[in-house]
Amino acid sequence: MAKYLLLKHYRGAPKAVNDVPMSQWTEDEISAHVRYMRDFADRLSASGEFVDSQALAPEGTFVRYGGEGKPPVTDGPFAETKDLIAGWMIIDVDSYERAVELAGELSAAPGKDGEPIHEWLELRPFYGNAPTITE
Amino acid sequence: MTVDEALLRSLTPKVLGILVRRGADFAAAEDAVQEALAEAVRGWPRNPPRDPLGWLVTAAWRKFLDATRTDTARRRREDLVHAEPAPGPVPGTDDTLWLYFLCAHPSLTPSSAVALTLRAVGGLTTRQIARAYLVPEATMAQRISRAKKTVAGVRFDRPGDVATVLRVLYLVFNEGYSGDVDLAAEAIRLTRQLAAAIEDPEVAGLLALMLLHHARRASRTAADGSLVPLAAQDRARWDTAMIAEGVEVLQAALAQDRLGEFQAQAAIAALHADAPTAEETDWVQIVEWYDELLALTGSPVVRLNRAVAVGEADGPRAGLRALAELDGSLPRHTAVAAYLHERDGDPQKAARLYAEAAEKAANLAEREYLTRQAARLNARKNPPGR
Repeated sequence: MAKYLLLKHYRGAPKAVNDVPMSQWTEDEISAHVRYMRDFADRLSASGEFVDSQALAPEGTFVRYGGEGKPPVTDGPFAETKDLIAGWMIIDVDSYERAVELAGELSAAPGKDGEPIHEWLELRPFYGNAPTITE
Repeated sequence: MTVDEALLRSLTPKVLGILVRRGADFAAAEDAVQEALAEAVRGWPRNPPRDPLGWLVTAAWRKFLDATRTDTARRRREDLVHAEPAPGPVPGTDDTLWLYFLCAHPSLTPSSAVALTLRAVGGLTTRQIARAYLVPEATMAQRISRAKKTVAGVRFDRPGDVATVLRVLYLVFNEGYSGDVDLAAEAIRLTRQLAAAIEDPEVAGLLALMLLHHARRASRTAADGSLVPLAAQDRARWDTAMIAEGVEVLQAALAQDRLGEFQAQAAIAALHADAPTAEETDWVQIVEWYDELLALTGSPVVRLNRAVAVGEADGPRAGLRALAELDGSLPRHTAVAAYLHERDGDPQKAARLYAEAAEKAANLAEREYLTRQAARLNARKNPPGR
């Protein structure tokens, strides 16, 4: 019973095996990909392991506190930012092994020529509750 | 006026047991009981029943029959043969006990067993369980429904293994609480109910362990939510009545002379609870109990905790020697090393190890605690304003 984040990157992850931009796929290939992602989430719901899934737009702005009485400062996007998050899925599973297994399945989503993308997903554990009994 | 939820929930396993005994299959009976509970929550404030158990059994049985009729009609339409086996409790055993065994069946994953136990034995709603474990209600509903399917064919021609039930209850207790359900209190209630249904010193041992830890809950976190370690806790805030009960339950269990890991853990908790101040803790006896616990479990986590106790009983050097024999990748190993090095008079090394331990912490409260320890020692090294 532990939650994990499966993090998908636009930028910042190592190169996928089947690394062709979506704009160069056929429409059927795109449909197959979308269907795979939806079915994957449905399957996790059915197995009682799904928590959340969200996709993020690629554009973003950096914001910081501007000082007392001043508006926040906005800037960017910075070209040199290496990491760009595309979205995530949160799962609640019984073991780390299960989390790895599911990340592997998600990374097998079909891309160009219907072949698995083999995309690198970042698997990050959530902090859990502090257990009551420790000593 | 609201419904006496504690009463309702304590009746849940009895009602479910009666339905199954009458021949209802477990999964359908469990749904029917949940519906009857919901109806009771709605209706009882205006019309409290004279016989709550009788009312619930009647309501649940009616729900079960309604659902079966609908289901049968549907099945007929689909031209399916209805051949559902009805797993029933062993005649002569307590229905409640049978339910505990079923919900903790070894074919279930730990998270499924926990969810099913909280719903079928504990009478919590799917929504409450989902919120306690911070998952969507639909996900929790699926987890429970799959768990029910998994145990659908289980028959009990002999009692199950009580150890599997205890592991599930221990998991629930150790989760602490989030959402609107106090899982620790719920685990205690369920363990108490189990202890009433079966004579087993380990069940009593687990109940004692829970009570002895729960009694210290108020002192375990500061007002800002940060962790307060045992040695720094305000012992005046410990619940002495709960400690007394825990000790009494433990002594009765130990008197049966069938030691198990929960009794040994409870004995350690009792020795902590018994010390008027941290300095007066009987660490020598605690080390002896860790030796017992180690003989029973062989667990590396026990070895690690034993090293801490050795450090208190025989000094930090002895603790470090005990620690050196253990695998450095154990959770909390670095944190223990940091603590022992500080006590051994090496604050610089301790600060470095605390910072390293903070990065490996498994939860936020622990990470913050360890970071603060590193910061405290670093500030001593470089006092501000110099």
